[in-house]
Amino acid sequence: MDNPANKQTIDRVNKGLSRRYRAERRFRIFGASAILLALSFLVLLFSSIFSTGYKAFQQTFIQIDIFFDPAEFTRENLSTANFPGLIKSSLSVMFPEVTSRGDRKDLYYLISPGASFQLMDVLKENTALIGTTRKIWVPANDDVDMLYKGNIDRTRPESERRINDNQLTWLDKLSAEGRVKKRFNSSFFTSGDSREPELAGIWGATRGSFYTLLITLSLSFPMGVAAAVYLEEFAPKNRWTDIIEVNINNLAAVPSIVYGLLGLAVFINFFGIPRSTPLVGGLVLTMMTLPIIIIASRASLKSVPPSIREAALGIGASKMQMVAHHVLPLALPGMLTGTIIGMAHALGETAPLLMIGMVAFIVDVPHGITDAATVLPVQIFLWSDSPERAFMERTSAAIMVLLAFLFLMNAAAVFLRKRFEIKW
Amino acid sequence: MESFLEVTDTVYLSLHQKDTILPDTKGKTLHKERETVGKPFVENPRMTCREVNVYYGEKRAINDVSIDIAHNEVIAMIGPSGCGKSTFLRCLNRMNDTVEGCRVTGDIRLDGMDIHDKSVDVVPLRARIGMVFQKPNPFPKSIFDNIAYGPKIHGLAQNKSELNEIVETSLHKAGLWNEVKDRLQQPGTGLSGGQQQRLCIARAIAVSPEVILMDEPCSALDPIATAKIEELIAELCEQYSIVIVTHSMQQAARVSQRTAYFHLGDLIEVGRTDRVFTNPSHQLTEDYITGRFG
Repeated sequence: MDNPANKQTIDRVNKGLSRRYRAERRFRIFGASAILLALSFLVLLFSSIFSTGYKAFQQTFIQIDIFFDPAEFTRENLSTANFPGLIKSSLSVMFPEVTSRGDRKDLYYLISPGASFQLMDVLKENTALIGTTRKIWVPANDDVDMLYKGNIDRTRPESERRINDNQLTWLDKLSAEGRVKKRFNSSFFTSGDSREPELAGIWGATRGSFYTLLITLSLSFPMGVAAAVYLEEFAPKNRWTDIIEVNINNLAAVPSIVYGLLGLAVFINFFGIPRSTPLVGGLVLTMMTLPIIIIASRASLKSVPPSIREAALGIGASKMQMVAHHVLPLALPGMLTGTIIGMAHALGETAPLLMIGMVAFIVDVPHGITDAATVLPVQIFLWSDSPERAFMERTSAAIMVLLAFLFLMNAAAVFLRKRFEIKW
Repeated sequence: MESFLEVTDTVYLSLHQKDTILPDTKGKTLHKERETVGKPFVENPRMTCREVNVYYGEKRAINDVSIDIAHNEVIAMIGPSGCGKSTFLRCLNRMNDTVEGCRVTGDIRLDGMDIHDKSVDVVPLRARIGMVFQKPNPFPKSIFDNIAYGPKIHGLAQNKSELNEIVETSLHKAGLWNEVKDRLQQPGTGLSGGQQQRLCIARAIAVSPEVILMDEPCSALDPIATAKIEELIAELCEQYSIVIVTHSMQQAARVSQRTAYFHLGDLIEVGRTDRVFTNPSHQLTEDYITGRFG
């Protein structure tokens, strides 16, 4: 320190020191605020979805007294009997004061059109009910549901409400008798799509997604792994494999709707696979997921240390044995992670499926890969397009279900990676 | 431009001019040409290598190396980094086949059988010529499975008890049995570095090879583990021919009967270890072992 030159150096260092620390602090603040911003968007997204979506898990039901007239209903004619008429007559009995044609129509409107199917099911299950009078809870129409969920303002002029004054009076009377109740909306999880929001459910779309992903997984995982193993372990490194590698990377970046058009042209128009089916959807999503899986699998094969390969070869293992016994088990966790990420990607994909007709309105729950079906994200898209207010909350609820599946898949990916990761 | 080409040509020729292999010369005149001096050939060899060349793409990494490997001997290969000793070692069990762009020419024979012959399958060949690598590389499996793997894929054991016997014998031979006999089902990667390397040696001898190639087996180990491996090598040479590449001249002097000195792809000198270290015949050998470069 005695040397003046040394002292000068130290002085200069000290002078610059505070500037360096300032730069570091600034960078930390930028980073933290970026994360904060991202988190706040996430919170905004979730809170907006949850605040509208949670209501869809409840549904307003109305209790009506129903007399199963033996003259109308016998064991034999249950499938053809006039159940809608039964509901109307029951309501007329409950509200004898309603006589005019228009008022009656308004009265019948309170009950969901799907209630007659529910009554049919009840009677089919228990034919002993014929000849008795029962109090039965049936789903209310979606506008009634909206009223009880607070989405229809009673104080507005009648012409601006979807529920008129008469209907309000009747509903208040029913409420006073304890005949209106909100219950868990189980049909949301058990039924397919419907034009009536109170009857619409996600089971059909969930099954459709399941079959579609089944096809995608069973095709893209073996093909992707085989392609990656061949390219990484067996193929010579030359211009051709370089071209293949570049093109696989290109494929991963192709907009997904292009795959939809390709699937339409190839699978539906050329091979004649029935449209709107999980089979063709799965094929299209396979094309889309394949490059992702190949890239992830190659990366995880590359990360297997070459010393393991040498050890296996040095002891006289054939190349196939080296790959199957040593390299693949080590690379598998990474491959599985990549595959699940790819599957989650495919689960959330809408655009290519629009091209191959999976956007159709399909009421029946699919029972196989060749039944017409739709998938969860497309169902969300369809509902978000519907004018009824009640579909809005169902859209959010379906998004919640889809997000739950995505979280589950990502958690599975993390779990698999942790579980099968080999520590050195 | 033309003159430049001429110059480079002559430089190339003078560097790579090949000479006939000279007989072992006694006396003080040191050889200065790139020629193999000493006694590269033995009677009744286990392996013979004649005019072996290795190319990496256009680049020649090994120039016309001819050498024999005797039965039950330890032959050490020494030389400065990048001199081609490891490359040459990997020719002996055709490990260079796996290296992209690597080409080997010349004649290499194991017990008179040309290992590059079309009829020779590389899989049984590597079972007959085992290899131990620089960095201990046990499989991330149990100790038992590490050793049992070779016998299993080659079908050397008819049943479970035979397999157990092979594993036990191999571990005994590698001097590892007493240390691991109680934890055969634990992962081989959990052993210490020296134990891992001995595990790799046990794995190599489990398939009963004739020759064991060791590529700097002690470079990642501490002196105590190194001493153990060296002891092991001394014991193993009663049954196997061992070719060991090493950076440590002391190690070469301790473990080997013969020493081969490589320099920039040329085999410079081969001879009895004590003779090479005390009385080298070639200028380059002397420069290397006296520490003038390397």
